[in-house]
Amino acid sequence: MQILTRLIPLLITGIAGLVMIVSAFIPYTSEWGKIAGQFFNILAAFAFVLGGGNLLKVHLKKISDQGAGWGYSGVVLVCFLVTLFVGLFKIGTYPNPSYPDVHFSGETQGTGSGFWWAYEYVFKPLTATMFSILAFYVASAAFRAFRAKNFEAILLLGTAFIILLGSVSAGVFLTDWIPNAGPFGDLRLENLRIYIMQVFNTAGTRAIMIGIALGIASTSLKIMLGIDRSFLGSGD
Amino acid sequence: MNSVSEPMTPRQRATWAVILGVSIILIVVRCFIGQGMGKVYVEPTDLYFGEASPSTWTTMDEAQFDRFRADNPDARTEQWTEYRTVPPKAYFAQEQAGGGSIILSWPRTIGLWIGAFFTLAIYSFLYRDNPFYKFAESVVVGVSAAYWMVVGFWDTIVPNLIQRLLPGFAQEYLTPGMALPSSEVQFTNLIYLIPLVLGVMLICRLVPKGGWLSLWPLAFIVGTMAGLRLVGYTEGDLLSQVRITISSLYVPGGDDSSTFMMIWTTIWSSLASVLLVLGVLCCLAYFFFSVEHKGAVGGAARVGIWYLMITFGAAFGFTVMGRIALLAARFEFLFDDWLWLIDPTNQRRLADALPILGL
Repeated sequence: MQILTRLIPLLITGIAGLVMIVSAFIPYTSEWGKIAGQFFNILAAFAFVLGGGNLLKVHLKKISDQGAGWGYSGVVLVCFLVTLFVGLFKIGTYPNPSYPDVHFSGETQGTGSGFWWAYEYVFKPLTATMFSILAFYVASAAFRAFRAKNFEAILLLGTAFIILLGSVSAGVFLTDWIPNAGPFGDLRLENLRIYIMQVFNTAGTRAIMIGIALGIASTSLKIMLGIDRSFLGSGD
Repeated sequence: MNSVSEPMTPRQRATWAVILGVSIILIVVRCFIGQGMGKVYVEPTDLYFGEASPSTWTTMDEAQFDRFRADNPDARTEQWTEYRTVPPKAYFAQEQAGGGSIILSWPRTIGLWIGAFFTLAIYSFLYRDNPFYKFAESVVVGVSAAYWMVVGFWDTIVPNLIQRLLPGFAQEYLTPGMALPSSEVQFTNLIYLIPLVLGVMLICRLVPKGGWLSLWPLAFIVGTMAGLRLVGYTEGDLLSQVRITISSLYVPGGDDSSTFMMIWTTIWSSLASVLLVLGVLCCLAYFFFSVEHKGAVGGAARVGIWYLMITFGAAFGFTVMGRIALLAARFEFLFDDWLWLIDPTNQRRLADALPILGL
């Protein structure tokens, strides 16, 4: 069993990673990388099926146990199944005008289709509102946590303040008495914002990106060489 | 912003009842003022198709379609009606002119109201956890899981898997525009049985005793991603960022309106270049933990922290702006698309807004 659950998965990981690296360096093998990439995309799509299956399993169990809030599990399942049915069978989709006799030739999210409706009037409002609600939480958290206790905190606060002010017309209004063409034009808030973004923010982001790249390269090597086996579970 | 999920007190229940009651009354009143609110109008367009020759379809208008059917009684034909959303002012203009083809779309109008309900349901969480929010949360979980499954199926599995393994079936029923290979079974495509088998093995994770089978596809996913990221990040982030950091510290200024301005802008631009390189080195010194942060390294690391604080401040500012932009977009949806109280994109005539404002 160790061979099936440890050795073969480790070999697959190493070979798949090696193929991707080799295909980037040897033109003759570039096709291998493309095929491996397509395999990856297909498996990623299967992972969505796995996610859907898992969702069904968890919520069916909740309904069956009739625990607290099981009615909401029913809502999850109904919405999941209806959207899935409407999307997979392209309900309400107009066929492609070049092939009007083939029902499935139309765009999945073509305007007027059931799937388009679910996206436009359910998925989009819900997800956009979910993200927008963070504006309140960010503001609330900032109000509670931001204290100009030391120099570093003042830098952070001051930069955020300049970036926010420099992006809105109020900021432009505050410093529009400074001539834009003169030697102090860069001190106008909207220009200061650009300077901060181009110099200080770029320097910080660049160093972070270099650090992340080095971290990912080393982690990838550890995974491919079988040193990091955490993805196989069982505390390896 | 209380997210406690204990049962509501009678006082809170009364507060909710008052909020809901007042909201419903306001919405009902708003529905009967001026042109009303929350309606979506569509313009129907009839489309006609005839199979002029085998597998060659021609788009035609109604008269051509009738003639085609009369001339070719055995030919296959298709027709349907498509609905295009039009701004409400087009409908109002049509009504003033005495009629036309633009109609109220019930599915889209109901959708608009459902969208508004979900928006308010999510915002209700700002007060505290409540059944409306929980309902909206359940809907988003169900719909988004199905959404990504459907997108994964039609955008990935069909073109990358079904088209290769079953080209005849795919061409006939799913993607008729695809080029059919010379024979039904393409041996080069049989390699795509591998991801199919791996995909089925991945789904076996749902079976209690078949969980180990999913380790193979998981290993493939992890390995591919590791190889891809190793090359991608090294080339795209590490090397490219190092390369663009190694640049000239002297940058000639762009303003040649006077000698002073030319020297001034040269100093300003060169300073920016020096500060940029210095900043990258100092930040990297801060990230370098193999040497104790003392002396010169400690000083550089401290400057690096300052740079990082500025970076985080900028990131915070942009995050806040992004979220506020989303918030503004949702408010625009509520006040413009749904309540018809504002009209920034001139979807309705200004004259229609005047009675609402009591002008």
